[in-house]
Amino acid sequence: MTGAEVPAACRLGRAMDSIVELIAAHKSFRTVEALRGVDLAIHSGELVAVLGPNGAGKTTAISLMLGLRRPTRGRALLFGLDPTDRRARSRCGVMLQESGVMGALQVRELVRLFSSYYPRPMPVERAIALAGLEEQARTRADRLSGGQRQRLYYALAVCGDPELLFLDEPTVGMDVESRRAFLDSIRNFAASGRTIVLTTHYLEEADELAQRVVVIDRGRVLADASPTEIKARVPGRRVSFDCEPAPPAAALSGLPVQGLEVRGSHVRFLTNRAEEVLAELFRRGTAIRNLEVVGADLEEAFLALTNHAQSSRPTLSVEPGLAHTSEVTA
Amino acid sequence: MSTLATDRPLDVAPIPRMVAAQIRAVLTFYWRVPAIAVFSIALPLMFFLFFGLGFGHQAIGHGFTVADQLMAQLAAYATGSVFVFNIGIGQANRRAQKLDLLQRATPLPGWVAILAEIVGGLVLALIAVLCLFIFATLAGGVRLDPATYGELLLRVLLGGLPLLGLGLAIGYGGGPNAAPALASLIYLPLSFASGMWIPIQELPKFMQKISPYLPTYHYTQLVVAPFGQSQEMLWHAAAWLAGWGVVLLAVAIRLYRLDSQRKFS
Repeated sequence: MTGAEVPAACRLGRAMDSIVELIAAHKSFRTVEALRGVDLAIHSGELVAVLGPNGAGKTTAISLMLGLRRPTRGRALLFGLDPTDRRARSRCGVMLQESGVMGALQVRELVRLFSSYYPRPMPVERAIALAGLEEQARTRADRLSGGQRQRLYYALAVCGDPELLFLDEPTVGMDVESRRAFLDSIRNFAASGRTIVLTTHYLEEADELAQRVVVIDRGRVLADASPTEIKARVPGRRVSFDCEPAPPAAALSGLPVQGLEVRGSHVRFLTNRAEEVLAELFRRGTAIRNLEVVGADLEEAFLALTNHAQSSRPTLSVEPGLAHTSEVTA
Repeated sequence: MSTLATDRPLDVAPIPRMVAAQIRAVLTFYWRVPAIAVFSIALPLMFFLFFGLGFGHQAIGHGFTVADQLMAQLAAYATGSVFVFNIGIGQANRRAQKLDLLQRATPLPGWVAILAEIVGGLVLALIAVLCLFIFATLAGGVRLDPATYGELLLRVLLGGLPLLGLGLAIGYGGGPNAAPALASLIYLPLSFASGMWIPIQELPKFMQKISPYLPTYHYTQLVVAPFGQSQEMLWHAAAWLAGWGVVLLAVAIRLYRLDSQRKFS
């Protein structure tokens, strides 16, 4: 980040420097309560992932922080100001899940346009390079692929050389390779002392990037901790396999899994101790074919965890009658 | 807990820079997608081709011809068409494509974006009118002195401004599918009933009765006045247009606020 000014707040230490704050923030849309009392302070220099299944309230939370929506109750502050204040917005870059640009304009033209909105933009070419769009600089926005379009929105978000970057589900529509490059770019940007708030429903993405993960579900903050701590609480792997003949109930009982589904010969469940579970299954002599172990997306994990939780803190309880997880703590 | 986490002055980008960049973007957009202006530019030319060339040489008194008057009427039609169709449908489309959402999250003030759209519309209207003037002069036998061309251009552009309000109202009130229909259903009858296409004396009687209450009627009166064809005083037409301008603008602002409230509250 050549010549980039280190945000002032970084130099002040962390005690004083919440640059984004939600204070007992509630948001209702007619009868739907999207946020139910969220307290959240984000400090300068942090890379925070806001994690949760679809419809959890992540985008609503971001909208409040940005002033796109107003809290029904509670407050939102951006750099200590009302989030709609142009002085506050001039220090933020934003990548939204749903947004559009004039499709007939070329990438470079759009970046130049958005640069004009900010007091101290970075050179246009640099913003394009950060997004890896050098080859598409003269391509019309409406002729970009889905992944390239996401990167264009990233270029528009960083072109103002913001201290604070909001990224709402930034890797949606990207292939593996461009996703990798994109996450690197975010990391580099964060390394220059910028603050980044991103939402995702991929636990792995949050794990790779963030120092702090805020888990939101059904409008509440369920957890606010380091990725390692969060991972320990959430079943991060989805295991599936076929089993001929269909497994008897006893074959699967007593395992540290959640969301167990048995459909005929097909078995699937979530766990964060895949190796252990499989070793146990093999030990029991279960005949396993077509084994697949993949990173569970958080949507699945949370559905498994929060489906039947009704208490005020519906954290990580386990479906009764299926299996138990001894290490789960609230 | 909340502190103003800064030790440098908070500041914002200069407004003139934003305005210039935004206007440039809108004009680039029109340049890239010329098809959207065809309706506003080509239709009046075609109509002039059919009627102006056939009957254009007939005198209408004061040393002017049918072609002169038709050119003025169609110039007004073209300008209104840009304001109602291009601004109206354009805004509806941009809302549908969620341009406003991303813009809203940036430090760009909303009025700068709207101003740029209006300037874009004015430039497009200017091009449409100049195309018509040139065509009518070269092919249609229109011969006016430069001062009259200038006066006409001024009357056409200023008199059309109230229709900007109509365009913006359609743009903020209608979706991308409804806006084209709304614009056609409102503007085409308006222009026809106001004598933009054929002189008002040749319209059915009931239309002649309604006509004087319409903004486009006074607009037409304003632009045919240089040829001695107006049936009302300049101030009378101007007052009606100003009144309609206020009403249409108020409707547009109301719809803009409703749209913003729905999305951003």
